[in-house]
Amino acid sequence: MAINKNSTAYTFAFSIVMVIVVGTSLAYTSLSLKGRQDANAADKKMMDILGAIGELADRGNASVLFTEYVVERISIDGSGRQIASANSVVDPKDKEDPFSIEVKKDYRAKIKSAVKKADGDAQALEEALASSTLEFPLYRCLKNDTTIYVVPVVGSGLWGPIWGYIALEEDMTVYGATFDHKTETPGLGAEIREGFFTEKFKGKKLNTAGPLLFSILKGGALTDEYSVDGITGGTITSKGVDEMMNRTLAVYLRYFESQIRSQK
Amino acid sequence: MSSENTSAVMTKKTSLFSKQNRRLLSDPLDDSNPITVQVLGICSALAITVQVQQAVIMSLAVLFVMIGGNVIISLLRNMIPDRIRIIVQLVIVASLVIIVDQVLKAFQPDISEKLSVFVGLIITNCIIMGRLEAFALANKPGPSFFDAIGNAMGYAWILLAVSVVREVFGSGAISLPGMGQVKFLPTNWFISEGGLYENNNLMILPPMALITVGIIIWVQRSRNQTLIEEN
Repeated sequence: MAINKNSTAYTFAFSIVMVIVVGTSLAYTSLSLKGRQDANAADKKMMDILGAIGELADRGNASVLFTEYVVERISIDGSGRQIASANSVVDPKDKEDPFSIEVKKDYRAKIKSAVKKADGDAQALEEALASSTLEFPLYRCLKNDTTIYVVPVVGSGLWGPIWGYIALEEDMTVYGATFDHKTETPGLGAEIREGFFTEKFKGKKLNTAGPLLFSILKGGALTDEYSVDGITGGTITSKGVDEMMNRTLAVYLRYFESQIRSQK
Repeated sequence: MSSENTSAVMTKKTSLFSKQNRRLLSDPLDDSNPITVQVLGICSALAITVQVQQAVIMSLAVLFVMIGGNVIISLLRNMIPDRIRIIVQLVIVASLVIIVDQVLKAFQPDISEKLSVFVGLIITNCIIMGRLEAFALANKPGPSFFDAIGNAMGYAWILLAVSVVREVFGSGAISLPGMGQVKFLPTNWFISEGGLYENNNLMILPPMALITVGIIIWVQRSRNQTLIEEN
């Protein structure tokens, strides 16, 4: 029996079988490797948070150092009220743990459209975030008896997402910062992850009196204690860093202010 | 690949290391090199040759996808309907690439981060589709396997050569997988430390990859005059 290889029926049958076989094998690969990939992602997150408070960790000791320095994991809502708190050992599978809040996913799904809708109107954006059901994670660390808060920030660069962690002391002095990106231009916007850029943030302050908490200025401009010099040739990425810091820190600032009030 | 070579492989029963099979391995290294002679896969030669380490991992990934793709297509060559053969090739290459990406994410997360989008771009690497279309569809799995190794190696050595030149002159270092970047120049040679040497930043930028590939092509053609086309 000869099969006509070029008949429509054969072509359809071949495609269907191919799709099923390929689909099954890819699904199997993805599922069987997911545990390891998630563990790697959790390690990476811990390394980034530790990096913001100036502790260099590698994949081997990230979880040990994380337990040592991070004393509390807090989640707050869009208007700065605390929702949950955890200080046990991190379990990446526990969805209630503030550590499991996926800030990048939240940004992509909800915050990005809110930013676009607000169109530069900080007031409107603030209200949109406050009325949303979003949760924001916060890490309280203790290093040499100083309390440092680490805030994750996510935003958009020129080509894709950018993100980072800002470490703040209780008086809103920046203790450290780390940034990373997915697809920024090497040598230009991609430089936000380099030490020469993140070093500049150390010792700067958040301008709680406003209007802007912090600014990334265009290359070469004079900077004060509330601003740093941006990256020459990476203007749009620098603007993205500026935008994500101001938007995100505004939410956390309300939490910090309520904390200070309750202490007094 | 010359047609007489291809048909010889198809008709004669050949041993594992016959002359034909050896030629399948050695031809792509020099006279029919996918990058310098066929000028395929140039895009990835530009993108990931800043560091030797990335070039090595990329070459291994391409080797795996190439062998997998060539052998699978060759096994299925009598079953694939002609009308959708390009789609079938694409699906198989894409699946293999996704598997490579997932495995790297699970076992080599740091390198996976560095290569980021370039692993996905293996799908569009013209060398792979070119070999599937030109060789695997018409040959048995054995020769296809050797053809895949030959072409992947032809791709790999150009990548390695370019990345060594670019990293040595651009960063004054060599990086190997698992060892990190080894800086071999004494720091007091650099102008910033009072010396006379400065890394050439042009080497880091993409144009230098093209120029380096161009120099390799120049050397190759002056050694083998038969490669020069008549005008």
